[in-house]
Amino acid sequence: MSLGPITLGHYLSLGGLLFALSVIGIYLNRRNLIVLLMAIELMLLAVNINFVAFSHYLGDMHGQVFVFFILTVAAAESAIGLAILVLLFRNRSSIDVQDLQTLKG
Amino acid sequence: MTTTGVLFYLFAAVLLFASFRVITARSTVHAALYLVLAFANASVIWMLLKAEFLAIALVLVYVGAVMVLFLFVVMMLDLNSDAFREGFWKHLPLAGLIGAVIALEIALVLMGGFRLTEPAPVDPALAKLGNTRLLGIEIYTKYLYPVQLAAVLLLVAIVAAIALTLRRRKDTRAQDPSQQVLARKADRLRVVKMAPVVDAPAAASGDKQ
Repeated sequence: MSLGPITLGHYLSLGGLLFALSVIGIYLNRRNLIVLLMAIELMLLAVNINFVAFSHYLGDMHGQVFVFFILTVAAAESAIGLAILVLLFRNRSSIDVQDLQTLKG
Repeated sequence: MTTTGVLFYLFAAVLLFASFRVITARSTVHAALYLVLAFANASVIWMLLKAEFLAIALVLVYVGAVMVLFLFVVMMLDLNSDAFREGFWKHLPLAGLIGAVIALEIALVLMGGFRLTEPAPVDPALAKLGNTRLLGIEIYTKYLYPVQLAAVLLLVAIVAAIALTLRRRKDTRAQDPSQQVLARKADRLRVVKMAPVVDAPAAASGDKQ
């Protein structure tokens, strides 16, 4: 089997597949807020893979600097997201997204 | 095929399998554990791209901190995982369609090119410094101000997470610094004018004080 050398396209396809999988995950797990957060983490991972791949193949460090900042923001986002989730569970005893319709008119 | 190629296909396959299991796992704990596997594989893939610092940071920050936080939350909450599966199969056709459309669109974009097989030649003097040092030079010279902003962002996240989940007990006693600062002398001390009391002159043997 000869698949040729690994190109930039291989890494970008991997990132694209990962992104599509996590979008599917968001649609499938519409009720479980924790899995929704995990799917968002996967999306960010897919984007980061693209950034690192471009940074390697184009020889530009700025891509990796950007990944650094995305990691920071993602960590902050998941920490606050989980805090909100814990608060939600304390008040409603449920993290089902379908139950969160208080603001619906 | 080179060693890099074999490693890439191996770890990419495990990464895709793990992320597939994240979105389909019946139990949320299993989903979190598969997400750990996905992050570990992504870290190896970044190693193949010679981004060592970010690969290690991914393992430390994600597997070590964020996923542990996820697991803590999952285990702390008493979740009924069967209720979440409701509507799973109903949503599958729509989800599959949207996923396929996104994958196709990305494939269309990727079809056009991106056939770079060799990384851009790096200045050998720079290559000798290593990835971590190059990243550090970028971050601490050109991106110093954004790094400070990121640090402030993390601080805000800490404060927000604590403030959101802090539960005050009713029966604890604590100092209220603002009240303490606002206290004035007049609130605490009352000077009472009293008529001077004159001791009666000692009658007999003088016991002078």
